[in-house]
Amino acid sequence: MNRDPLWRVLRLALPFWRGMALATLLGVLTIASSVSLMATSAWLISRAAQQPSIAELSVAVVGVRFFGIARGVFRYLERLVSHETTFRLLAHLRVAFYRAIEPLAPARLVSLRSGDLLSRVIDDIESLQNLYLRAVAPPLTALVVALLLTVFLNLFDPLVALVALVFMLAAGIFIPLLAWWGNARAGRERVAVRAELNATLVDYIQGMAETLVYGQTPAQVGKIAALSQGLATQETRIARFDALQVALTVFLTNGAALAVLAAAVPRIDGVYLATVALATIAVFEAFLPLAQAAAHLGANTQASRRLFALADLPPIVTDPVSPAPFPEHPALEIRELSFRYAAGEPPVFEAVALALQPGERVAILGESGAGKSTLVNILLRFWDYETGDILLGGRDLRDYRQADIREVFGVMTQRTHLFNTTIRENIRIARTGATQEAIEVAARQAQIHDFILSLPEGYDTFVGEDGSQLSGGERQRVALARVLLKNTPILILDEATANLDPITERSVLETILQSTVGRSLLIFTHRRVLLDQVDRVYHIHQRRLLP
Amino acid sequence: MLPAQPARKRSLDQRLLYETRLAYGAVAASLGANALLGFVIIAQAALLSQVIQRVFLGEATQEQVLPTLLFLLGIVGVRAALSYASGRASAQLAIRVKNALRERFTAHLYALGPAYRQTERSGDLVLSATEGIEKLDGYYRDYLPGIFSAIVLPLVILLVVLPLDLVTFAVLLVTAPLIPFFMALIGMAAGALARRQYSEMRHLGAHFLDVMQGLTTLKLFNRSQYQAETIQRITGDFREATMRVLRIAFLSAFTLEMLATLSVAIVAVEIGVRLLNGGIGFEQALFLLVIAPEFYLPLRALGAKFHNATEGKAAAERLYAVLDTPLPEKSSKDALPVPTALHIRFEGVSLAYADDTRPALKDVSFEIEPGQRAALVGASGGGKTSIAALLLRFAQPDSGRISVDGGDLACIPAGAWREHIAWVSQSPYLFNATIAENIRFSRPDASETQMITAAQAAGVHDFVMQLPQGYETVCGERGLRLSGGQAQRVALARAFLRDASLLILDEPTSQLDPESEAAIMRALERVTAGRTLLLITHRLSTAVHADRIILMEGGAVIEQGSHVALMAAGGRYAHLVNSDEGFSDES
Repeated sequence: MNRDPLWRVLRLALPFWRGMALATLLGVLTIASSVSLMATSAWLISRAAQQPSIAELSVAVVGVRFFGIARGVFRYLERLVSHETTFRLLAHLRVAFYRAIEPLAPARLVSLRSGDLLSRVIDDIESLQNLYLRAVAPPLTALVVALLLTVFLNLFDPLVALVALVFMLAAGIFIPLLAWWGNARAGRERVAVRAELNATLVDYIQGMAETLVYGQTPAQVGKIAALSQGLATQETRIARFDALQVALTVFLTNGAALAVLAAAVPRIDGVYLATVALATIAVFEAFLPLAQAAAHLGANTQASRRLFALADLPPIVTDPVSPAPFPEHPALEIRELSFRYAAGEPPVFEAVALALQPGERVAILGESGAGKSTLVNILLRFWDYETGDILLGGRDLRDYRQADIREVFGVMTQRTHLFNTTIRENIRIARTGATQEAIEVAARQAQIHDFILSLPEGYDTFVGEDGSQLSGGERQRVALARVLLKNTPILILDEATANLDPITERSVLETILQSTVGRSLLIFTHRRVLLDQVDRVYHIHQRRLLP
Repeated sequence: MLPAQPARKRSLDQRLLYETRLAYGAVAASLGANALLGFVIIAQAALLSQVIQRVFLGEATQEQVLPTLLFLLGIVGVRAALSYASGRASAQLAIRVKNALRERFTAHLYALGPAYRQTERSGDLVLSATEGIEKLDGYYRDYLPGIFSAIVLPLVILLVVLPLDLVTFAVLLVTAPLIPFFMALIGMAAGALARRQYSEMRHLGAHFLDVMQGLTTLKLFNRSQYQAETIQRITGDFREATMRVLRIAFLSAFTLEMLATLSVAIVAVEIGVRLLNGGIGFEQALFLLVIAPEFYLPLRALGAKFHNATEGKAAAERLYAVLDTPLPEKSSKDALPVPTALHIRFEGVSLAYADDTRPALKDVSFEIEPGQRAALVGASGGGKTSIAALLLRFAQPDSGRISVDGGDLACIPAGAWREHIAWVSQSPYLFNATIAENIRFSRPDASETQMITAAQAAGVHDFVMQLPQGYETVCGERGLRLSGGQAQRVALARAFLRDASLLILDEPTSQLDPESEAAIMRALERVTAGRTLLLITHRLSTAVHADRIILMEGGAVIEQGSHVALMAAGGRYAHLVNSDEGFSDES
């Protein structure tokens, strides 16, 4: 089993080999057409100079016209096939990596929570779609075309063929090597400098107010200028490599024609001299994209390494082999629960004990960062725990299937994600196939129905990227409607109203309390709003839960 | 700062070309290298034809043509060197322009100030400053030099062909302009389609990002496993739609390619036929055949670089949108010295933000005496933060006046004025630096002891000591993600460290639990002794000890006075206090 990440990506692309092969073949035919065009034209002129009868030239004239047209047609078809294949591959890659990453959420993805890193995962997947088009196809095409030319020249003279082959090999090996080498050295440094510059620019723009107030503008500007200069230095180094590659290609292309000519002069009929020389020049078109292919291969190796490093992580929580049946009596009890994210790290909390009977309402008060969200994640089986017990319906939480546990707990967080689709679809996520009626009942309970109807598009209104078209209060109410539609016996509010201003907060909280009568409610909060309406209040203080 | 006005009349391409004035050396080098390349290519083609002619028809031997072949090798070397020089010049051009634009963009952004930043999505500005500027690379490094060579090289070749052979000259002359013409067609018709498709592709990428970001939410609802099918379906639908467009979009590229290769074929047949009739010599004919592909090559290459240009131009448009935003008018009044006592007085101040017709502040008047603790209270949206923005000189009143010790605040240089202010914003920003550097940001020369004292007062010290690297822990986007409460404490420590006579704290404890908040408020008493404090809060309990409470609603000051006086007055403030349980908890 080969563990090389690039190899594994290629294996993922295996189902598409037919499309790739066809596109490569068309690529070969494209270049073969232009080689043939130059070869035929050169022969046509050479032969014409000997002034034979016109009939002798008529085949060549047809050939020249044919190849002139064929090149364009083949190129067109090649582009269609390769794009079609690339799109299919992208869909396949997305699904494959989604399936691999999905079980890791959210515990293994905590470090990706920052939007930047997540976008990088997505960019990485996207960049792999070009693996074939930019990195695999060009060397394949070059190889086949080189062989074809060698066979063709061999018809005239073996030495001439050998000379051409040597030049083509040099172009096919040295230029990509140079590109690879240059990229490996200066490229890595450029990436580092650019990342540093980007981070500084983010600081500069996002921290503008702080920078102005504290008079740090000159210092920040100086930092950016120094990093810009550093980036320019790296880019200049890389540009030197790039220019060298191009110059070398130019030299090899034209040098090959001269060498072939020098070898051919005493060996082949003069009428074919122009043909071999011009065919050799034309074939080097296949070698032009090789430098870029090497760079792409390098980038794709990095991308696939990063992706597999993530996708290969084992999920933190797995389902038990013989799961307990769905809990009918959802009483929750936590005994002596302690938790730390990793050995050696300070504990997030210690010896936590808590009981929640069906229909009870309990609030847990604690500063942000005190470990409230961690406790929620443990209850939902996003994180595993070792010390202490959690009992649901009298059985160990770990005995249940994860999917069943998530049917027991409904959760509303500070920023529940809203998907960039309609309000209806956002609510319906809670229950596939829920009727419009059921959705409206939930929306009424969440006191958002009237607002939705006041929108021109009603339930078909798009909420924008992460709900950006809605105000904080509106989006939390949509999130509430969603949780209510799910209709779980236990509802957890994890700072569900913390982002709202006090007046909105109070009104959303009142709605929640009204609409969940009869269900168990676990409220995690750092504010004392409406706490007189719950049965019990606990405090998280110095990692312990106190009544 | 360069005035944006004269540039506005230019087209985008003209403006982008105008940017190269800073790198005229690189432009000259690129143009010069291309012109020389033209002559070298011609010399090479001529000598190559000559060698073949001498062997083929002149019966020359290998020895006889060897010197010419060696000379040709030298020419090929020169050609490679020139192409190297041209590549270096293009890269230099791109680097220079990018650096200059980055500098101008960042400077202009600060001149526009935080008020402007808030009207834009700051993520977009960051993207413009980082990736946007990098996208210009494709324009200046590939496309523009590509245009140079597409103009210079064919022109040189045409000039040489003209005296040699009129027929070929005519073929080249007629087909050459067709290529830019078709390219313009790609740029307009198919390019528009392709761009739309490109934006849909990004939309599709955004859908995938949306799913990934909402993965936890999907999981909560047991929906995550079904998404794989959705991703498959949507990507598939998109593929079909895109291919329908691409079939047409590629057609214009096809036409272009066809034109270039067919023209070579036409030249070949045309001179072949004339050779047959003895209308042209072999050497001359071969020269024309060798030179014809070289004539079309830069034009064809330009077609492939079109995409780079499109991306670069889209990025440039966003950059220019920012650069063209006129700067707020600078106060032309005489600069006053920074006062020392800080008697602050708002006199009938009104303020409206550009994107909102409703005024943020309406006829606001109040005063804060030196050393006083003032509290701005009221629901969010009441205008409290706008007051802070005015005091920080991030905004200017539309009418009315803010005076400090009797002098107009607008006449005091902003930089000197801010030296006396410490500030914690509603959502404080932590830099990608260590916690120590973040605290020291307000006073880089502070000693270790001073820094730790400030950290202790803000409640930072305890949790920092638990971190393996202590104060050297890197925080911010790329480092440790501090919780909202921890970030607020670091920002408070930063403000405490600064030796400022005016402290403006905007909801500094909103993320803290009541116990921690009380501790911070006690520390605040100590730290602000002898300084002026403006505390902005929606929690009435936090404001109760202030010397002066200013209640704001809807951008106007409703009531002001001490807690006792306001309670006695029995107005809106008293009503709010009486109905707030959070308040009774605390006091």
